[in-house]
Amino acid sequence: MSHVRLVNVTKRFSDVTAVNGLNLEIGKGECFSMLGPSGCGKTTTLRMVAGFEDLSEGEVYVGDRLISSPAKNYYLPPEKRDFGMVFQAFAVWPHLSVYENVAFPLRIRKLPTAEIDKRTKDALASTNLLSAAKDSPDNLSGGGKQRVALARALAINPDVMLLDEPLSSLDPHLREEMRFEIKDLQRKYGFSILYVTHDQAEAMALSDRILVMKLGVVQQVDSPLDVYNKPANRFVFSFIGLSNFLDLVWDGGKPVILHNPLHATHGQDDEAVIASSSASSGENIPLTSELTPSEEMVGAKTFSLASRPSEIDFTAEGGLRGVVSRKAFLGEIIDYQIRVGNQELRVQKGRRAPGPERGENCGLKLLRPFWYA
Amino acid sequence: MSTGAKGLQQRQNFGVAQVILFLSIAVLVIVVAVPVLLILFNAFWVDGHFNLADVIKVISEPDTYQALINSLIISAGTTIGSTIVGTFFAWLVTRTDLPYKGFMKAMFLVPFMLPSFIGAMAWKMLLSPRAGFINRFFMRDLGFDGPIFNIYSYAGIILVEIMYLFPFVFIQVCGALERMDPTLEESARISGAGLFTITRKITIPLVLPSILSGALLIMLYSMAHFGTVAVLGIENGIFNIPTLIYQRIHQSAGSFASIRTGTVLATVLVITAAFIIWLQGKILTRGHYQIIAGKSFRPMELKLRALKAPLFIFCLAYIAFTIVLPTVVIFLVGGLKTYGLPFTWENLSLNNYKFILFDYKLTKDAIWNSVTLGFSAAVITMFAGVMISYVIVKMKVRGKGILEFLGMLPFSVPGSVIALGVILAWSGKYGVNLYNTVWIILVAYIARYMAFSLRANSAALEQVHDSLMEAARVCGASMWQTLRDIVLPLVKPGMIAAFFLIFLPSLRELTVSIMLYSPTTRTIGVAIYTLNEDGETVMSAALAGIALILIVVGQTLINRFTARKGAK
Repeated sequence: MSHVRLVNVTKRFSDVTAVNGLNLEIGKGECFSMLGPSGCGKTTTLRMVAGFEDLSEGEVYVGDRLISSPAKNYYLPPEKRDFGMVFQAFAVWPHLSVYENVAFPLRIRKLPTAEIDKRTKDALASTNLLSAAKDSPDNLSGGGKQRVALARALAINPDVMLLDEPLSSLDPHLREEMRFEIKDLQRKYGFSILYVTHDQAEAMALSDRILVMKLGVVQQVDSPLDVYNKPANRFVFSFIGLSNFLDLVWDGGKPVILHNPLHATHGQDDEAVIASSSASSGENIPLTSELTPSEEMVGAKTFSLASRPSEIDFTAEGGLRGVVSRKAFLGEIIDYQIRVGNQELRVQKGRRAPGPERGENCGLKLLRPFWYA
Repeated sequence: MSTGAKGLQQRQNFGVAQVILFLSIAVLVIVVAVPVLLILFNAFWVDGHFNLADVIKVISEPDTYQALINSLIISAGTTIGSTIVGTFFAWLVTRTDLPYKGFMKAMFLVPFMLPSFIGAMAWKMLLSPRAGFINRFFMRDLGFDGPIFNIYSYAGIILVEIMYLFPFVFIQVCGALERMDPTLEESARISGAGLFTITRKITIPLVLPSILSGALLIMLYSMAHFGTVAVLGIENGIFNIPTLIYQRIHQSAGSFASIRTGTVLATVLVITAAFIIWLQGKILTRGHYQIIAGKSFRPMELKLRALKAPLFIFCLAYIAFTIVLPTVVIFLVGGLKTYGLPFTWENLSLNNYKFILFDYKLTKDAIWNSVTLGFSAAVITMFAGVMISYVIVKMKVRGKGILEFLGMLPFSVPGSVIALGVILAWSGKYGVNLYNTVWIILVAYIARYMAFSLRANSAALEQVHDSLMEAARVCGASMWQTLRDIVLPLVKPGMIAAFFLIFLPSLRELTVSIMLYSPTTRTIGVAIYTLNEDGETVMSAALAGIALILIVVGQTLINRFTARKGAK
């Protein structure tokens, strides 16, 4: 059963359409992430669910209950929606103690004092804050403040938790730790999460499903595994994980790799020496026989061959021929830049795997090619 | 390079630092510390003995006691009123959907520019019990028995002060509300709180330090305020501390008894002011919340709905009544052939303005004096200020704690106290007699405005990161070269800001000049005030009109200048 439902939700700011016809169903107890570059409309969507932004069109439901509908002129104010919400900048009130911050939503609901105390302490205990209850939040670190914000959101035991980039103000180490804490809290309390982030690792680690958005339009909604393994389009492929693209054209019915990339940036003269040794300069490179473009590519004027850097093997013989233009040791992995004609491919191998040196000629085997027109 | 050369280099720097430090302390001691110390000394030291009983005797005289009480009443009323007015308008222009908020905000800041004693004069013309235009209109044309409002009263003084002082609270609260992270309020909303609860439990507590700090600033200002009380109070025998000091010294031409009363009253002012400043510092450090966010959305705007039109009209009426009306009255009266004639085209001309600008020696001298005094004070204070700020902000030398204290002192020393201290120090008792010359006014201006310069220059210097100077030193520049080629160019905007922060207010200065002027050394403020006192209402209004034009044009130029700097 769907828990939060968005129907054809659209938001326009004067002349910009921030969110365009978004349809979405979030299941009960699901952790659902919205992922995309800044300005893609993910935060606007979250704020529409929260009630801080009006909808231009569409409807939002929680369970069977309508909470926003401009067509029916119906709008439930944020304070009546009973959501928990955590903001990027913590938004912990500096004039109230940690305890009073967490007790605030309970006091607003005029619960009996004993009940307030019990639930506040529960929330503080769940977030390891009991010992800091009397402190001013100003004395806490960023992570501490974010725990207070979480505890405050938990206090009313909400069914829906809205998280607006809650971890991006924290340092990387703390971010990973808090990821697990949020997941644990969700298991304990059972709320649904609507999570906004631009950090794909965060989205992958936390979510049951991920929505990828670009300029207000949904690109794909899938499990983290499927978003990674079956990207719906070139944008999703490039936004999730590391990616490589080679530009191709049809030449007499055969696919050939363009010598120069379509949007070439010129002036790499120092690399030209290495490039010229690989292919007679200026000529397009025929594609090797084991790579066959998918049927959708037939008829396209230009198209791309895409591959993850980790899904390319080196072969001594055959394969796509290129020259190593850069080799960098990154610790766990080695990062290669391979020139094919004037186009570049990135290859990543474990630090123990054998590989060619800078300037050497090598063959590439693309393990899982994707084709995008 | 050998260690010997390195050691030599260090010793040299130490010398330069010492010279700057010594000069800085000397400037502040002579200009600021000596006058204040002389006041305390004269108040408590009688005939070579410490004498507290005499101080109490002076304070318990009916006149002085009443002046103390009056200062309290007026400043308390002004503070409470201004805080309410300022906070309300700040909330209105930042947190509601009031139309034309930008225009309203600009208009509410206009009183900052207008000298309050000129405003008081305008209100005197409008609401003095017999001759005031409004009162006369009600009595003559509407058949009222008596005046509808007597401006020569506590209420009149307090209301006029509120009109000119509320921007102190307004600007502080506006700033706090604008910078405040909207998610602080949004998280209260998502927690279930309505707008009224949020305002009461979140917004007001978070901006309370700003409200209080603005309120204390007004209290400080009003306690020591001369102009409004001088124009509106003396008529009805209402004196506060500064006006009583002025009256005593003026009447007795500087007799010993009057100086003594003055120093005792001044001591009370200094102590009260120091207490207020201390309290303000306490509130600002203890209650200074980090409420500024990185990324932010527009803050929530309360929809005024049915109240929108009435509140909009209320704001317009307030602006028309408190800002436009007094200004118009000043210009109209300044154009009258004779005071008392009705405002008809036949009675109005530009002749008065021509006369005071080109023919009347008294006003021509006053304008020349104010411009030259203001310019000299601004230039001197600007350079002294940058030197002293440099020591306070950038240098690591022993003894700069004294400088910080001395630099802060002028903030808590009211103008009339500075004037009195300058009289004590520079009337020949200690070898230099500047009394009755422009130089004594110049010294007093420097003392009074040093704090402005220190504030602007310190702010500019704090922006100059140490590494910029260190980089110059590493490149081989000496300390002097670093100052000349790196530091000065970088703090130039701060110095120019300091110049204008001093030059413009000094054009309208009254509190200090009124205590120090002689017949040939009137300033614009003194000329306006004395002409008004002598019944030359029309000339006084015309000169006030000229002063208003000078101030508004000057302020507009500064705003242009700073806006262009900001755009870069």
